[in-house]
Amino acid sequence: MRICLLLLFTLLGAEASFAAEVNIYSARKEALIKPLLDKYTEQSGVEVNLITGKADALIKRLELEGVNSPADLLLTTDVGRLHRARQLNLLAAVDSAELTKNIPSIYRDPENYWFALSLRSRVIVYAKETVSAEDLSTYEALADPVWKKKVCVRSSSNIYNQSLVSAMLVHLGEAKVEGWARGLVANLARSPKGGDRDQIKAVAIGQCKLALVNTYYLAGMLSSKIEAEVNAANKVALFWPNQNGRGVHVNISGAGVTRSSMHKEEARKLLEYLSGAEAQLWYAENNHEYPVRSDVPVSEILRSWGDFKADDLALSRLGELNASAVRLMDRAGWK
Amino acid sequence: MTSATLEAPTPSLATGNFHPWLLLLMLLSLVLAIPVVCIVFSVFLPGADVWQHLYETVLSSYVVNSLILLAGVCALAMVLGTVPAWLTTMYDFPGRKVLSWGLLLPMAMPAYIIAYTYTGMLDAAGPLQSQLRDLFGWQFGDYWFPEIRSIGGAILMLALVLYPYVYLLCRAAFNEQSICVLEVSRSLGCGPCRSFFKVALPLARPAIIAGLSLVMMETLADYGTVQYFGVETFTTGIFRTWFGLGSSVAAAQLAAVLLGFITLVVLLEAWSRKQARYHHTSTRYSKLRRTQFTGWRRFVPTLICIVPLTFGFIVPAIQLLVWAKQTWSDVIDDEFLSLLAHSLELAALASLAALVLAVFICYGKRVLSNSLSRFIVRLLSTGYAIPGTVIAVGVLIPFSWLDNRIDGWMRENMDISTGLLFSGTLFALVFAYLVRFLPVSMNTVEAGLSKIRPTMDEVGRSMGLPTLAILRRVHVPMLKGSLLTALLLVFVDVLKELPATLILRPFNFNTLAIRTYELANEERLADAASPALAIVLAGIIPVIILSRSIAKSRPGHD
Repeated sequence: MRICLLLLFTLLGAEASFAAEVNIYSARKEALIKPLLDKYTEQSGVEVNLITGKADALIKRLELEGVNSPADLLLTTDVGRLHRARQLNLLAAVDSAELTKNIPSIYRDPENYWFALSLRSRVIVYAKETVSAEDLSTYEALADPVWKKKVCVRSSSNIYNQSLVSAMLVHLGEAKVEGWARGLVANLARSPKGGDRDQIKAVAIGQCKLALVNTYYLAGMLSSKIEAEVNAANKVALFWPNQNGRGVHVNISGAGVTRSSMHKEEARKLLEYLSGAEAQLWYAENNHEYPVRSDVPVSEILRSWGDFKADDLALSRLGELNASAVRLMDRAGWK
Repeated sequence: MTSATLEAPTPSLATGNFHPWLLLLMLLSLVLAIPVVCIVFSVFLPGADVWQHLYETVLSSYVVNSLILLAGVCALAMVLGTVPAWLTTMYDFPGRKVLSWGLLLPMAMPAYIIAYTYTGMLDAAGPLQSQLRDLFGWQFGDYWFPEIRSIGGAILMLALVLYPYVYLLCRAAFNEQSICVLEVSRSLGCGPCRSFFKVALPLARPAIIAGLSLVMMETLADYGTVQYFGVETFTTGIFRTWFGLGSSVAAAQLAAVLLGFITLVVLLEAWSRKQARYHHTSTRYSKLRRTQFTGWRRFVPTLICIVPLTFGFIVPAIQLLVWAKQTWSDVIDDEFLSLLAHSLELAALASLAALVLAVFICYGKRVLSNSLSRFIVRLLSTGYAIPGTVIAVGVLIPFSWLDNRIDGWMRENMDISTGLLFSGTLFALVFAYLVRFLPVSMNTVEAGLSKIRPTMDEVGRSMGLPTLAILRRVHVPMLKGSLLTALLLVFVDVLKELPATLILRPFNFNTLAIRTYELANEERLADAASPALAIVLAGIIPVIILSRSIAKSRPGHD
């Protein structure tokens, strides 16, 4: 019996609550956020506790835990989930002059419920040897029959594809986008599988000529320690689509303070730190993401790709249209 | 003699009057069934709009793919499991001893990891095909090569790591079969092959079915492998519906359908067995004399048995080693030991708890032997087929509700806040493991119990022993092998578990499986190799203990 009680106590392990701490539910992987948080703890003395996981599961946990949730900050890797969390009434507005100064208004919630911390653009990569940049123009053109059996893209279950289609829905309307999606599916060289790096490798070996990927995957391969990854990445080139029109599709990683937070002050300060120059530089150097503020330099690889015009669509629209986008892709047969 | 005999069902030992077992059993299973019940009740929530969409677009391919996957994995796992089990029990051949435990090793390999390794090797961009292209000057498309990331590939991957369930239970069954019955079949003119198909295999049916049902449920619950291979199954559909369409209700309803399907299959199997019970009617065992081949034919069984071991363990393990050698210095940090400790801690806690519960529940069912207890056990056995994420939500719903109620009451009456007592702690996590893995230990314990003849219980009772004492003094000693098996199976399963751990774990608490997933999910397969290898190594030890105990467990064996 005594053992049972002891066991119960270890299991329950009622955590003492310190004044100076921030608890984070993060959809960003540990390796891509923890070093930054450690730096913050070192500077400020504030303890930062972390649970990583899938965004939707973390949001569900936050929702079910209700007012007693220990989480102070929700970190996601796309805007759709932040929007969903706000819709579920899980986030609190943050009033911070520093955040509004650091982060341009298109990259935060109109009422400051969430803030972008880094930008991730979805681009076209093409086989250097067989395709020339002049053959490429827009996302829309990927559905052109000249690319039949030549395009690779990952599953439509992936959020980056979902938000791209959501953005296109805003710009082009449902009928046009559905036609486009059908055309794209007809152009696929193989049924969607794997992640973005897989699509790059498929282009490198000639399984397809073009692929849709996020920039930091390509940068990650180029700076990889594994030779095969670098070789594959060197066989492809990057193309910024829609530069003569609305601009390339951009999603964000971002964060919001939770409604139930017991440490709102600390959470705000951490958010401010994450939008500060030091943290922004870290994102750029270590995961090759684009900083949200223009005064922070990007990594060398990113510099080599030059400047680009980004779609300035209000990001919250992406979250609103996500379910419609998935339905559309289901109908188009995009697996 | 041992044989499948048709017996009347054991009469209830608790006819008519109230029995404390019933109360205990009801209470336990009521609590454990909450997550499953939560899922089932989602059926009554409105979600028709999403269903209409699913029905018109993707539902049929979810169902068809899941059925193909299920049939393929079961068939392949059955062959890979029963044949080596038979060979290692009945024949003597070079390497038999090593193979008889080595064949269990693939169990330590999580399905998503074997999928990553084979993709790394055999994919169009992988080293094998690249070398072929370089060697012959081919371009992609000039030659044919099987696509590993396909439904066929998924069947192969899952069968390679799941067949040990069939092998394990089958081997135990063959081991326990009395040689006499086989000698009778031989003396009646059946060759070794016919004896296998006509006598040994039907006798091992409960074991094969128990093994296959574990395989089946693992297959249905698998998300990592099929998602990576781009195969749309019912389970990937659940997550697409939840994450993509944003409908957690429709997702839970899909999970409820999955539950219904599993229940149906279990019922069908029980019905097809009808009243047959498989007790040993003889306790006479002679020493097993293993047949020996001569000449080159000696190596035929060796070669056959080496196949599943090679492809299910050796090849992927070597690939992991190669990757780990390139990257371990970056990946193995100070935290690595704590990852290992957390993994082992959770596995030990959950497997022990599952064992104790399984023994009580199965024994309770045996003592009561009424339809209510059978229903309860059946309800609890469905958890294994539910994807871990869904179970986790099913655990969060009641616990966070309870926590918030307690907190509200305490605030109102005592002016203190208790916060979250259960959810967000290891308690909730271990509870989720129990819901998911209890069927594994129950299955094993029940298979063991069913082989103990009811007359043993009667003897105990006639000697005036109370029910619990019979369990302790009669059944538990006879069940030692099964209990160990149950313990270790859950241990290894928890080591590999990912989705429930991901959602339910407390702050700053990581395991090897989580580290592996986070790296592999970023497509950093080489970096993921070190933690993956650590899972495999941690899983090997219990697997070896397990196989040694089986070898010793043969009745009449010295």
